[in-house]
Amino acid sequence: MWRIATAALFTLVGMVACEREHRTFHGTPASNATPTVRVTSLEPGPVVVTDSAAGPYGGNAYGMSQGKQLFTQMNCVGCHAHGGGAMGPALMDMTWIYGSNPDQIFATIQQGRPNGMPSFRGKLTDDQIWQLVAYVRSMSGIGRRDVRSGRADEMYGRSSEQNTKTGKPKTTGPASASEMP
Amino acid sequence: MQLQIPPAWAGHESVFRPSSEPAHAVFGLFTFMVIVSVIVYVVVIVATFTAVRRSRDSEATPLTQERERSSHRAVTAATAATVLILFAYLLYDFGVGRAVAAPRDAANALHIDVVGHQWWWEVQYQDTAPQRLLATANEIHVPIHRPVLLDLSSNDVIHSFWIPNLNGKKDLIPGHHNDAWFEVDTAGVYRGQCAEFCGLEHAKMAIVIVAQTPEQYSAWYNAQLQPPQPPTDSLRLAGQKVFLSAPCVMCHAIGGTPAGATMGPDLTHVGSRMTLAAGVLPNTPSNLESWIADPQRIKPGANMPATYLSRADLRAVTAYLEGLK
Repeated sequence: MWRIATAALFTLVGMVACEREHRTFHGTPASNATPTVRVTSLEPGPVVVTDSAAGPYGGNAYGMSQGKQLFTQMNCVGCHAHGGGAMGPALMDMTWIYGSNPDQIFATIQQGRPNGMPSFRGKLTDDQIWQLVAYVRSMSGIGRRDVRSGRADEMYGRSSEQNTKTGKPKTTGPASASEMP
Repeated sequence: MQLQIPPAWAGHESVFRPSSEPAHAVFGLFTFMVIVSVIVYVVVIVATFTAVRRSRDSEATPLTQERERSSHRAVTAATAATVLILFAYLLYDFGVGRAVAAPRDAANALHIDVVGHQWWWEVQYQDTAPQRLLATANEIHVPIHRPVLLDLSSNDVIHSFWIPNLNGKKDLIPGHHNDAWFEVDTAGVYRGQCAEFCGLEHAKMAIVIVAQTPEQYSAWYNAQLQPPQPPTDSLRLAGQKVFLSAPCVMCHAIGGTPAGATMGPDLTHVGSRMTLAAGVLPNTPSNLESWIADPQRIKPGANMPATYLSRADLRAVTAYLEGLK
């Protein structure tokens, strides 16, 4: 009797410990609202605080892997390669031109940026952009390690997102006109 | 030509109704093995019961040389019969294996590439003339009495191509190309199903094979090669505009328009297909409308996000897509 009770207790405690990943399939529509996000340190007037919370998919392995698929499917790889950068800036390093916080990356994808980054407003749903945000952040090793992708199929010599070491993200701001190539 | 899903769809999807050359060969071998094995089973059981009964009857009678010799003969005969039956199996199986391995008339074969996606089938008809290449999805039209060679590969995870009436299961493996073939002998509509667990919507990953006479097939093929009729009425024109400006255009292609993405199924002639969402729904305007409005209700986890369109836009885009014959 005691044995059964103890086993039941341990099972109950064990079940409490399981954190089940939450998947939602019903997304939010592509919104046309302009996020008020600060993307440079230069700003007149009062400082707008940027939200550094991880975004809806920051700790979600499923959302992050969906973001990884979208990264290839939406041809982000065409300019950013698989994080190393080409025509577009590298995404696996610690340098962020328009900020590394989720809402800043969201704004960058949704609005587009000068010198070639197209706007995906109205073309991707908000959820898909948030999934991309989660994946882009994981590329440079920001955020929880256990939910990041453990596989890198695309390039030899590159370790997976899970093995990427995290440094301190640094926002540089856009290069001035004289620095442009 | 309006195609209808047979009402008794489920009954048609069966390995016991072979309709292609390799399926007939495999079914013949299966039938032979079942019949012979059943006979052997019955003989063995009868012999066992007879032996048990006789040994009880003959407990009193002494073991004579005559009886010893007779049982010796019986064991020898049974062993010889076993060896002969197994050899018959082996020979028949070898013949079927050769027949199933490759079509006899491979030079005349129709070549089709099938790519598995989560959770739909991409179909590409190959031709030596580049202008006769054809891309479609979730529906394969084939001529009867002509071998069809399939090149199977996958875009994401392992899937398996299985048309129970036509062929055995063959896996679609990422980074690898597998071959399969069949030669359909009866015109009709056959349903297939992904046969390797490939994720959340594995069960809703079906494919339709439409076997037609060579004349019907080439008429269908030539019609598919043409770009669809451009919309003329205002509703369908509006629908085209919605399609090209909404998220639809990021994943789907429609021939004759700027839409050329390859992430989702090619929609060039979506109006002429029998099913929607990889064999999940019959292709009707109301089904298409509910699919576009909320794919996650019909196929939760599918990679098509819900596209929020106004009532009028949804009606227009549905009319446009249904008109793509």
